Order: sequence, then structure tokens, then C-alpha cells
Amino acid sequence: MAESKPTPQSTFTGPVIVDPITRIEGHLRIMVEVENGKIKDAWSSSQLFRGLEIILKGRDPRDAQHFTQRACGVCTYVHALASTRCVDNAVKVNIPANARMMRNLVMAAQYLHDHIVHFYHLHALDWVDVTNALKADPQKAAKLAANIAPARPGNSAESLKAVQDRLKAFVETGQLGIFTNAYFLGGHAAYYLPPEVDLIATAHYLEALHLQVKAARGMAVFGGKNPHTQFTIVGGCTNYDAMTPDRIAEFTALWKETKQFVDEVYIPDLLAVAGFYKDWGGIGGTTNFMSFGEFPTNVQDTAKYMESCYFPAGVMMNRDLKKVDKVDLKAITEHVKYSWYKGDQPHHPYEGVTDPQYTKLDDKERYSWMKAPRYNGKAMEVGPLARVLIAYAKGHKETKGLVDTVLKKLGIPATALFSTLGRTAARGIETAIIAEKMDGWIKEYAANIKKGDSNLAAKWEMPAEAEGVGLVDAPRGALSHWIKIKDKKIDNFQLVVPSTWNLGPRCAAGAVSPVEEALIGTPIADPKRPVEILRTVHAFDPCIACGVHVIEPNSNEVLKFRIR
Amino acid sequence: MKFSVGLGRENAEQRLENRGVTRRDFMKFCASVAAAMGMGPAFAPKVAQALTATKRPSVVWLHNAECTGCSEAILRTVKPFIDELILDTISLDYHETIMAAAGEAAEEALHKAVAAPDGFFLVVEGGIPMIENGAWGKVSGKTMLETTKELAPKAKGVICMGTCSCFGGVQKAKPNPSQAVSVKEATGVTTINIAGCPPNPINFVGAVVHVLTKGIPELDKDGRPNMFFGETVHDNCPRLKHFDASEFAPSFDSEEAKKGYCLYELGCKGPVTYNNCPKVLFNQTTWPVQAGHPCIGCSEPDFWDSMSPFYQQ
Repeated sequence: MAESKPTPQSTFTGPVIVDPITRIEGHLRIMVEVENGKIKDAWSSSQLFRGLEIILKGRDPRDAQHFTQRACGVCTYVHALASTRCVDNAVKVNIPANARMMRNLVMAAQYLHDHIVHFYHLHALDWVDVTNALKADPQKAAKLAANIAPARPGNSAESLKAVQDRLKAFVETGQLGIFTNAYFLGGHAAYYLPPEVDLIATAHYLEALHLQVKAARGMAVFGGKNPHTQFTIVGGCTNYDAMTPDRIAEFTALWKETKQFVDEVYIPDLLAVAGFYKDWGGIGGTTNFMSFGEFPTNVQDTAKYMESCYFPAGVMMNRDLKKVDKVDLKAITEHVKYSWYKGDQPHHPYEGVTDPQYTKLDDKERYSWMKAPRYNGKAMEVGPLARVLIAYAKGHKETKGLVDTVLKKLGIPATALFSTLGRTAARGIETAIIAEKMDGWIKEYAANIKKGDSNLAAKWEMPAEAEGVGLVDAPRGALSHWIKIKDKKIDNFQLVVPSTWNLGPRCAAGAVSPVEEALIGTPIADPKRPVEILRTVHAFDPCIACGVHVIEPNSNEVLKFRIR
Repeated sequence: MKFSVGLGRENAEQRLENRGVTRRDFMKFCASVAAAMGMGPAFAPKVAQALTATKRPSVVWLHNAECTGCSEAILRTVKPFIDELILDTISLDYHETIMAAAGEAAEEALHKAVAAPDGFFLVVEGGIPMIENGAWGKVSGKTMLETTKELAPKAKGVICMGTCSCFGGVQKAKPNPSQAVSVKEATGVTTINIAGCPPNPINFVGAVVHVLTKGIPELDKDGRPNMFFGETVHDNCPRLKHFDASEFAPSFDSEEAKKGYCLYELGCKGPVTYNNCPKVLFNQTTWPVQAGHPCIGCSEPDFWDSMSPFYQQ
């Protein structure tokens, strides 16, 4: 592996604004102050307000999942699942084993799809210079590919040459399409892959465009369609068709092909690219981490839910890999002092009063449609890095094994995980772990059906009054939906969303959010083409549409939720 | 079969042949695209012509009040695959979800595309928030309202991808906090509405090819192409035989549900929803009713209010 290079840095001092941040979901504006080539301060500003929670009020609780799923079409399904778990919890229904397993399998498929698309189509162009691939020697690239990955037809010199020819023909048209004005065009000091690695990565960018169709198809086989699954209901699932041997075989084949891509393409590419960007193991870190846990075996009992998850739940403060605390949902507050809402007092999400009040674009006192969630007053990073760190610290066998292998291959210490590089590596690591684990989960599901369990949905009655919570640790991190039912209708519905944790603004105390903290200290080589900002922001895989939500904007009603 | 030759140059067919793709193969591929559009094989040459034009038509894709599910849907296209679409067929000059450039460089790409002498086609994903003169939704510091109003009249054609841009979408559901409206309502420009939440990508690709080859397709009163939205979901539903025989599933846990009976009594909106889901399937494999879930009517205007509660007739 190549040695770490010093990170290039300009002597620029002044403001830099990136709006739109592209290759994300939603509308995000990042503003930074650069001092002598390094980011000194940062503001993360969400630019769209839709108000899904206001819309949900008064509706049938069973419908919530369809509305909330439209929070985001990239992290599709996760809101449908959170809402369904939430209403299941409120109406106290015990869902059948097949339904739990089917939901978990669709979630696992979503993880694979989401992370592959993120790495190749949302993140890769921050590290890979597509035009530099034109300079590559395909023979040399094929040799390099053979060193880092198992032999595959797509990695042959002929295949790589064909990709190069195709790219050349494309560039020669003069119509660069999605590559128009890319930061890497004409060379950029912050891109340091050799042309051969750029060529391999570009070939796999294209290959992944095809593979992701199949990964999503896997999700659809059980989920009815992708994006926006339509198979969950309060009390279970509807997809009896997905219990037939043919459908299970179809799902299995698509999983296998996706897993093969993860093992033979994604992970080797991640290691190859990371090997040249080891300096990013010291850039973009944050301090505190939280996971709600995912892939539960006990979905009935709120108290036991987190304990039953395959990926463990927990809270890690101050990067302390020796100490993971239990999650206390009562410790969550949401702050609006720096957001486009009236007021400045932090509240528990369910006692909050919120009233939209847009000020102006470049206001630094009120600058985002997102609120700022905090845990015991502290900003928490959620998502792949949080999950992997918490699992690693808790001695989760598969995570510990793969993290140690990756650290060893890259020749970096565990402390380098607290970084942009660590965040991107963690996403790949958990993808590989889930892909491996799915084998057993599919078999367990098939065996349960085979032994004669044909149940997929349970009976239940809508109570006149109830409340419930649904937790999900989505690909982007800790997600919770909260419902209060009155007269069999939604009296109040709340979403506390991963991107709000990661990409919100400052809190009442003026302390920065995880993405703002991560950006501070980042070197900027070219203030006109600040790719370094994209690297760290993209590492969080922002989903801004999810992150903007509001409670009771037009009333002063104080909402009282009992937290279990 | 893949065609990837950088088609935006001369002698595309020659170059296809050099790569071992015969004219016959290529025409077969074009015929399959024509079939997806509901056209006969006689239409294949037109498709071939569109796919081998010397200059790829410029497409600008705006993201307004949306969830990006429609962009994700288009990534799932297989006829052609997305790389073939954006590298060989069209020039996707602005698309925030997949474009390399960001910030000012992205803004500049947009300006360049819309000022190009050959013009551009506009695709819009998302509704338009009108509240406070559009201030609740901004990109590059400009309101979505302002940008869409500026570009829609200049475009050679406007395609609305998904129910949000077609009709206002989920954010328009009561009480419509951001005062969201459709592109047509916001701009006054007539749009080709590919409805659905999200739409099937095959309907988008079919509309694009139609626009490039034959111009604007025949539209229904809601601006949707008749070739995709001319029949109800119910008309083509494989469970129709159960409806006709009055075989209904009374609950999701019932034996009738397990047997695949009609979902009408569980709230299925197939009879009043115009879309081709049962004919074209999602992800080439299934669709919600096949997965045992009632249709929620997602390609109909204001379905969030008019079709809900979803689990009641």
C-alpha cells in the first residue's frame, strides 16, 4: 500500500459556500470560513421545508407508513418500517415470525443496495478522477486488479480497455453530461489515485449501475417494489407470494450476486482507494456516537428490543472504545435556537413547540430547517461509523474481525477510524457483514415456512387512545418514529431522523453538530473546487428531506409523551 | 445486450459493428424499446435514429420539494440501463443526485446547459412550495419557484417525473403547510406528466423516446400519456378473476388473503387508478398487488387525500 501523502492545502482565507451539495438526497447548503487554507468554522444549512408531520395529524394511523416513507426515496423503506413498528407498538400486536424475518430481510437488502450506490455513485467521484482513467495502461490496471481482488471478467485488460475506449468516445463528444464542471477536470491537487486505480474504479462505477438494479430487485421481490416498498402493514406483512419457494429462490439468487459484488468489487475497491488516501484517517472525525441497534429478534417488547438486535445498540462518549452505555431515549432533546423556528429553548421531542419562521439565506443566527437533536446535551454521530464503533467496542465478533482486518491491511491504528476515511470504511465493513449474515437469515425464514408456519399477519384492534415508538437503525443511522393516537386517529406523529443528528445546526449552547465538527480543521487545496468539503459531507451520506421535520407549528399545544 | 459506443458522433452504426454488434442486434434492441412504448416494430427505425443522433439532446433535471425516489426509480431502468441512457442517448447536463460538480460549478453547468443553442429538455422532480413567495425551498440560494418558472417556458419540452411535480404530491396533502403546487400550476407551462410515487422508469424512458422521435405523446386530461395511463390498474389486474367471482380477502391474515383473493375490501384503489403497473411490473419482477398489498392510487392527482384512508373502500 502507498504511504500517506501530506494533504495539499492552499493559503486561502475567506468564506466558501457549497450550494447545492450534490450527490446527496435533498437540499443542503454548506458554508465554511477558511483561514490560511484550513476550515475554521462551518454551518450546515438545510434548504427545504415540507411539513410531513403536520400533514399526518388527524389521519388513520395505518396510513402513516405511506406518508413517512415519502420522507425519502433514497433511504426508502426505513421510514415505512419505523412507522409500522411504531403503530405495532401502539396497538400492542405481536407480529408473526415470518413477518419479522421478511421485514428484516428487506432491511438487509436495503442496506446492501444503499451502501453500494453511496460508495460508487454518490461518494466515489470525490476520490476518483474519471478523466485520469484515460491515461491508464489497461494491462497494468488488470494486473493491479488481480492483486487486490479475485479474478473477474470485468477486471481483464480487455474489459478495462473497453471501458477506457467508451470513456474516450464519450469525452470526445464534448458533451460531458453528469461530469460537466467536475472538480477533478483539468487536474486537482487533492486527487491522488494513479490512473490505473481511477480506471478500475470507473469501470466499477459503471458495473455498479447495473448491479444496483439487481440489488433493488431483491428488495422488490419481498417488498413489492423499489423505491417505496408496499408490503408492510400494522400487524405484519402482506406478501404471501414471497413465501413461495420460487420467490425465496429469486431473492436468494439476487442476494448471492450482490454479495459477490460486495466481496469481490466493493471491499477491494474501498481498500485500494483508501490505501492512497490514508491522510483522511486524520480528517473529519467527531466525538460521540449512538446506535439504536438493528435486525431485532424481539420486536414485541420495547424493553428487550435493543438487546435483541444483531447490530448492538449503545452510546459511546468521547471516543472511548472501552465504554458503551445503554441508550436512554429520555435523554434526547431537540434544539431550535439556530433553526428557522420560533423560540430558543430545547425540549424533549414530545414536549416541543415549533413554529416555522424563515429569516434569510445567509443568516448565521438562524440558518437551517433542521433542528439540532442532542443526547444529554451532546451532539451524537449516528450511522455506519457509530454502529461499527459501538459493535467493535462491545466485542461484536464479526465486526471486530473485519475491522481489525481492514486496519491491518491499511496499516492504520483504530484511532484512525474517527475520521472521514473511517466513516467510509465502516459503511463498507457493515455491508460485508450484513451480506454474509443474510445467508443464515434467508435459511431461517425458508425453514420456518417449510415447517408449516404460513402466518404473515396478526389480528389487532385500533385502540381509541394509545402511544407507541418504532426504532430503526437505518443505513444512515438512528431513526425513531413516535405516535400518539386519540379517537383512533393520529393525534401526533414525530420523526427523529439520522440526518438531523448528523447534519443539523448548532444547539442552544452554540455547540456545533457532527458534520460541522467534522469539517472544522479540514485543509482546502482549491477554494473554487472544495472537494474536501464534499468528502466529509458525503461520508455522512446526507438525507436532507428526512432531516427536516417539525412539531405542531401553528399551535402552542404542549405535547406530553410518556417515554417507555 | 449492451450498446455503449459514445453514440453522439458520426458513424455510430459503423462503430457498433466494430465492437461486434450487428445492425440486426441493434435493431432488435430498438424494437424492444419501441415495444416498451407500446409501438409496433415499424417504429424501431425511429428509435434507432434517436439513439444515433450526432448530438445527444441536453436534459436538465430539477429537484424541488421531493424525496429523490423518482431519481432512484430512473436508476433502476433496464431498457436501456441508466449508463446507456446518460452516456449514449441523452446528455444529462444537470442532475443534483448524480452529477459530479457541486456548488458554483454545478450552478454554472446549469447556466451553460440552458443557454446552449440547441436548447434543452426539462425534467422536474418534486412539487413547488409557494409559501412566502417560494422561500421555504431553495437551491443555490434561489427559490425552486423562481428557477422552475424561469426554465420551464424556455425548455423544448417539460416532463414531470412523479406525482409531486405532476400534481403537487405528498407535501400538498392537507393542510399543505408549504403551499405546494404542481409545475403546471406554478409556471403555467403544459407538462407531460409521468405520474406515480415513484413512476415506473419504463414510462419515463418511453416518454423520452416518444418526445425525441414523434414529439409530445397523446395526453389524458391530467397530462398523462395515454399509452401508459390509458387503463386502470384494475383492468389488467391478475386478481380481476377473483373480483368478478366476488372472492374478496376480508383481512390480511385471512385464508382468502393467503390464496391471493381480490383486495378490494381491504381498500384497493386499482379500479380508480390509471397506471400500467400490472402490465410492466416494478423492478421487472412484481408489483404491490402481487405482493398482497392494496393499490394506494399513487398515480392519481391528490391521491394522498382523495384515496385515504388507504385501508378503507
